[in-house]
Amino acid sequence: MTDIHPREILITTIARLLDGVRHVAVGASSPIPAAGAMLLRALKQRAGAPPVRISILGSVEHNFFTNGSAELFDCAGQGRIDAFFLGGGQIDGHGNINLVGIGDYPASAPRWPGSFGSAYLYFVVPRVILFREEHSPRVLVETVDFTSAPGVSEPGIHRTGGPVALLTGKALFRFDKARPGFTLESLHPGHALAEVRDATGFSFDHAGQPPQTALPDRATLELLRGQVMDELAETYPEFASQMRREIHA
Amino acid sequence: MDLQGMARRVEAGMQLALPVDYAGVSMAMTRALIAHGAGDLDLFCVPTGGLQVDQLVGAGLVRSVETSAVSLGEAGGAPRFNQAIAEGRIVVRDATCPAIHAGLMAAQKGNPFQPLRGIIGSDILRFRPDWRVIDNPFAEGGDPIVLIPAARPDVAIFHAPTADRHGNVWIGRRRELAAMAYAAAQTLVTVERIVEENLLGNEMSAAGTLPALYVSGIAVAPRGAWPYGLWGEYATDTAEIQRYAKAARTPEGFAGYMAAAPAGEMQEAAR
Repeated sequence: MTDIHPREILITTIARLLDGVRHVAVGASSPIPAAGAMLLRALKQRAGAPPVRISILGSVEHNFFTNGSAELFDCAGQGRIDAFFLGGGQIDGHGNINLVGIGDYPASAPRWPGSFGSAYLYFVVPRVILFREEHSPRVLVETVDFTSAPGVSEPGIHRTGGPVALLTGKALFRFDKARPGFTLESLHPGHALAEVRDATGFSFDHAGQPPQTALPDRATLELLRGQVMDELAETYPEFASQMRREIHA
Repeated sequence: MDLQGMARRVEAGMQLALPVDYAGVSMAMTRALIAHGAGDLDLFCVPTGGLQVDQLVGAGLVRSVETSAVSLGEAGGAPRFNQAIAEGRIVVRDATCPAIHAGLMAAQKGNPFQPLRGIIGSDILRFRPDWRVIDNPFAEGGDPIVLIPAARPDVAIFHAPTADRHGNVWIGRRRELAAMAYAAAQTLVTVERIVEENLLGNEMSAAGTLPALYVSGIAVAPRGAWPYGLWGEYATDTAEIQRYAKAARTPEGFAGYMAAAPAGEMQEAAR
């Protein structure tokens, strides 16, 4: 086997963060979260564990909803979706996310697409994983310019969900809603604590010598490069072929 | 009806409900609306918008956009929409997807509002004075919840594969198209084809059919969602959307793209 691709570490980490879910939903244009969910499903299948259901929004083959685009939200509101992924142009140290834009709303410049379903799903999906490959001070900010969805809510606000982790191209953080704030859990290979601190606009807790993010074992890597990439190619053909080219380069 | 006749149903100042890019966007009607020229439109995106919204904004016909997002998907941000916001030329009412659905659901049932969890503590709520928060009257006390007012668009516009001679439209499992039609005062539909058999005549097609009761006008427009795809029919022409995204970075580029060829000719070329 060749060297492990950085994105294979992200995919494996997502599968680990999803362990135990029955139903995970993945937004459109999210190949890495989708691959992580598919890897978990393949691992469970191999182990003979109960199946993992995956809904990929906008996909035909991974979309079993028959009640239009409202059904995902109805499903989530009832607690039928265990995990979801959110990103954001900005993510701050309190887990607030901004999908709307920079500057003085409503005259945001740049303006990003918008909040989509985040202001609802962040409240009702128990395990929300914040995922953003870019790890820079412009993304990970002290305070977001616009709160599409807050990381935590006041006591008395109905909230069965929220962020559990933040995964970037450099590191994995856990979210502590009591504080609220992030704790550095591990650094991906090739990244150092000082570098991550410089690239993060908010302060976070960390061990003196943070561990390295766990790498996939040989069997997991084989599953990922075989069955999972085949499945992923059905929905994300360009992403899958790019991954394959880079792995075999 | 023909496209021009349907476009004339849209008057200045009306609110139009338009579907998400994968559900069946009537791009054929976009050009007919621009040619017709009724302005000061309020767009209500179910629950997000894309190319159609960007072109109507670029053509200067739009006063406000209520939406959960506007983008060109893989082709990136919506250039005319984004510039209009930066220049303060349109009002944007930011929402979140289930709130859009909740507004339609309230209208469908003839209710004044629909309650919805979440949203509290977001800036979306802070900038929506038309949304209210009340305490759940069934709780012992406290338990705030957001109320979304009924959305009653003047006209819903979408594209579907098939209609029949009775005016029934087959929408498959894209139930948001039905939700739009239930809530709107008028519903204008373009279709790939009109079939002879009654869609309500057998239970298999009837289950996915929007009855003529909710349909105000139908026009045939082959490849009428292009460059978007239509489920079960044809795929999205991503290269064309990328071509638009590049051209529409400037007002001049947008005007040039829109003037280049009428929709019909471009559709023929794409076959």
